[in-house]
Amino acid sequence: MTEAPLLAVSDLTIGLRPQDGPSTPVVDKVSFTLDAGASIGIAGESGSGKSTLLLALMGVVRPGLQHVSGQVDFAGAPLLGRPDEALLGLRGGRLALIPQNAATAMTPTLRIGAQIDESLRLHSTLGTKERAIRVQELLTRVQLPSPAAMARRYPHELSGGQVQRAAIAMALAGDPAVLLMDEPTTGLDVTTQLSLLQLMGDLQRDAGTAIVCVSHDIGVLAKLCQRVMVMYSGALIEVGPTATVLSRPAHRYSRALLASLPRLSQPGLPQSIPGRPPTLIAQPTGCRFAPRCAFADTTCQTRMPALRTAAPDQQVACFHPADGPLETAPDPGARLLSDQSTTVLQAQDLSVSYGQPRGLNLFLRLGTPTRVVEDVSFHLQRGEILGLVGESGSGKSTILRAIAGIHPRSGGAISLAPKGQAIILLDSQMSRRPLPQLRTIQMVFQNPESSLNPRHTILEILAQPLRLYGNLHGTALRQRAADLLADVRLDRDYLDRFPSQLSGGERQRVAIARAFAADPEVLLCDEITTALDVSVQAAVLKLVHDLAHERAVATVFVSHDLAVVRAIADRIAVLSQGKIVEIGPAAEICLRPSQAYTRRLLSAVLEPGIAAE
Amino acid sequence: MKGLASGLAVIRAVLGQPSGLIGAVIFFGHVAIALLAPYIVPYDPALQDVAAMMQGPSALHWFGTDRLGRDMFSRTLLGGREAMLISTLSTIAAMVWGSALGITLAQVGGRTDALVMRAVDAMMSIPWILLVMLFVAVLGTGTASLIPVLGFSYGLSVVYLARAATLDFVARDFVLAAQARGQSRWTIVSRELFPNVRDSLAVQGAMQWSWIFLAVSSLSFLGMGVAPPTPDWGQMISDARGIMQLAPWALIWPMAALSSMVIGMNLLVDAWAKTIGVDRTRRIPEA
Repeated sequence: MTEAPLLAVSDLTIGLRPQDGPSTPVVDKVSFTLDAGASIGIAGESGSGKSTLLLALMGVVRPGLQHVSGQVDFAGAPLLGRPDEALLGLRGGRLALIPQNAATAMTPTLRIGAQIDESLRLHSTLGTKERAIRVQELLTRVQLPSPAAMARRYPHELSGGQVQRAAIAMALAGDPAVLLMDEPTTGLDVTTQLSLLQLMGDLQRDAGTAIVCVSHDIGVLAKLCQRVMVMYSGALIEVGPTATVLSRPAHRYSRALLASLPRLSQPGLPQSIPGRPPTLIAQPTGCRFAPRCAFADTTCQTRMPALRTAAPDQQVACFHPADGPLETAPDPGARLLSDQSTTVLQAQDLSVSYGQPRGLNLFLRLGTPTRVVEDVSFHLQRGEILGLVGESGSGKSTILRAIAGIHPRSGGAISLAPKGQAIILLDSQMSRRPLPQLRTIQMVFQNPESSLNPRHTILEILAQPLRLYGNLHGTALRQRAADLLADVRLDRDYLDRFPSQLSGGERQRVAIARAFAADPEVLLCDEITTALDVSVQAAVLKLVHDLAHERAVATVFVSHDLAVVRAIADRIAVLSQGKIVEIGPAAEICLRPSQAYTRRLLSAVLEPGIAAE
Repeated sequence: MKGLASGLAVIRAVLGQPSGLIGAVIFFGHVAIALLAPYIVPYDPALQDVAAMMQGPSALHWFGTDRLGRDMFSRTLLGGREAMLISTLSTIAAMVWGSALGITLAQVGGRTDALVMRAVDAMMSIPWILLVMLFVAVLGTGTASLIPVLGFSYGLSVVYLARAATLDFVARDFVLAAQARGQSRWTIVSRELFPNVRDSLAVQGAMQWSWIFLAVSSLSFLGMGVAPPTPDWGQMISDARGIMQLAPWALIWPMAALSSMVIGMNLLVDAWAKTIGVDRTRRIPEA
């Protein structure tokens, strides 16, 4: 390399601002360079330091953290340690950031055009009229329909994908040399995500803008970036060309991480990583991954491996790097349902509407309800997992809520056939269902942070259904709660902890344990792995899969992620605009879809392993 | 055991802050004086001594005497007792009905919530002092009529606070999960919601106490609160107004006692709120 790189990070360490004693590193001695027009992705799970690193590339160190050593050089000039005033011209100009959630990153009270104009005013010498023209050009460039009208709209008047495009236009206003992206497509539908990534790829090719992209979604990085870095617990552990790292990862953690990704092309459950990442307080002395690594020996436990070349252009920080392509798990084969014939839940012509007119409005026939679910029919067998997939607004979560009676249905019927009992027609509203019916249907929510009472100990959380349905008290209750924790692979000393003392994955296990405390026959899972890291997701998927099958609990598993549903479900129902487009065995839907909509959804799924264009 | 240990940790953290320590010393000093005063005062507070009217501080009368020759030291030491008792009982009354109604309204929502809250708005718009006068006119002065009226009027603002704090939690999935389980409304209010708003309500209660204390003193000043011969700071201030120039000590001692009490309480509550993580401006406890 003769020319100096555009962005050079050398031995960068950022640590917690300590109360007393030495600072604990959050980003630990990271070095890499980025040439003009190149693209690099940073992969890692939460707590790996990837977002802290990205911010440091803008010369920002978050409050509570401090710059310990090393430097970030942009075009030959250092960024860290300089006063903010000195960096004002660079930030948002030559160095632009595309935030994770543009809808909250934009000012709600200013029109899109005004916000882009502000960026132009700060970073160009254009006059008022020229700027107005430039705003239109930028909005056209990010392929927003009718740019003149878009410029006059407020952020809330745009869809999620459109706001993200507007944010890109804003970032491009300063004619950046480097675009920094923090989870640029997280929270968007797969089809929207795909078109955005294509747009960013085009922009990068045309304008020669360099890209640094942070994402927990390796599929996004595979699509967008030429090179990939993997971070674990603050350290850079592997770097190389995307195709090489994703197909032949050398570091044991990279391999485990990739094996934990559910894939459409691969049947069966992904593999989880045992243990949990080190906390900032208790970091191991040697290799950070050693406590969770099957290949670790005494060297790994005592010494920290440095980055070294494993293959041409591929560097890895591991004493026992792997060689060869990633193994794929054996096909478990189609599972036979234990109790094939018994249908436990049946939905017939289920419809749900929002905004049902009431009172005077009903009398005057004012207001028409919006139908979000229309005439959906399906049945559930004992021990079967039915996956519901669809984009946002497809009505998948609403169906779950209608089954639980949280949201009353406007039409159709739901019938339940509990073990050894006659078929019952379920009331539309949960408040009118008797306790035994409520017990039979249990729900696990998307975000365990919200679904577990922060002021209750785990014992108290599990005790609620045990007292209500089982009338358990005292030592019997404690014993049953401990058994439930054991079922979700948690230790019994978790009983006296609070949810805030648990990791996200552990909290979701508690939520699952609470659902099973009722000894349900139908389990409703609403995006239960969306808030979790992939390796944790793999473990939760396996847990639900095993428990549902062992206990013969019929499960409805809602997810926006086709690959996740493919991994766990026996049958899949594809939803679009409140209707079931297609329903059938998981493999059938994923490999031989009969509907165009399903095919479109499948083709938008980003599978890592597909090389960057 | 765990609860005791965390309670001790909170006390240690409160006393670790200068404001907490100063506030605690002032407030608990006042409480100790109020409890011990009957055993240590040298004179009967109602005893009038015509021979020693408006005397300055001396070895005989440490804080001097008032216009009727009553011993200011004895009166000041005893002057907070009645108001403290009334404040404590009124605060308990206000907190109990205010939180119960506020939490329930937040959970019930809908039309009931809207109707009751407008009624609360309407009652809040009546100055409390008018309400008190009405009650006093009907029931007469004295502790028995002050406690219900103060408990009622100060409970109105507790309804707001309890409702607002609870609204942050009713939309969370754990409440929905409890409803979907079939838990009774009472269980949801008492087991799921109350523990989450307990801290902010406790802080609010402590503040209420100091406001009610001031209210009682104001009423006594106006002659509608603590009735003579029981000594009271508000009443003493009112009494000494006319002789301010002749015997300033008759005014200074009860004023110092009253203001230090309220300031001490405020310092203590601030330090306590900071320790348990209740932001008094946002009034929402962090999980």
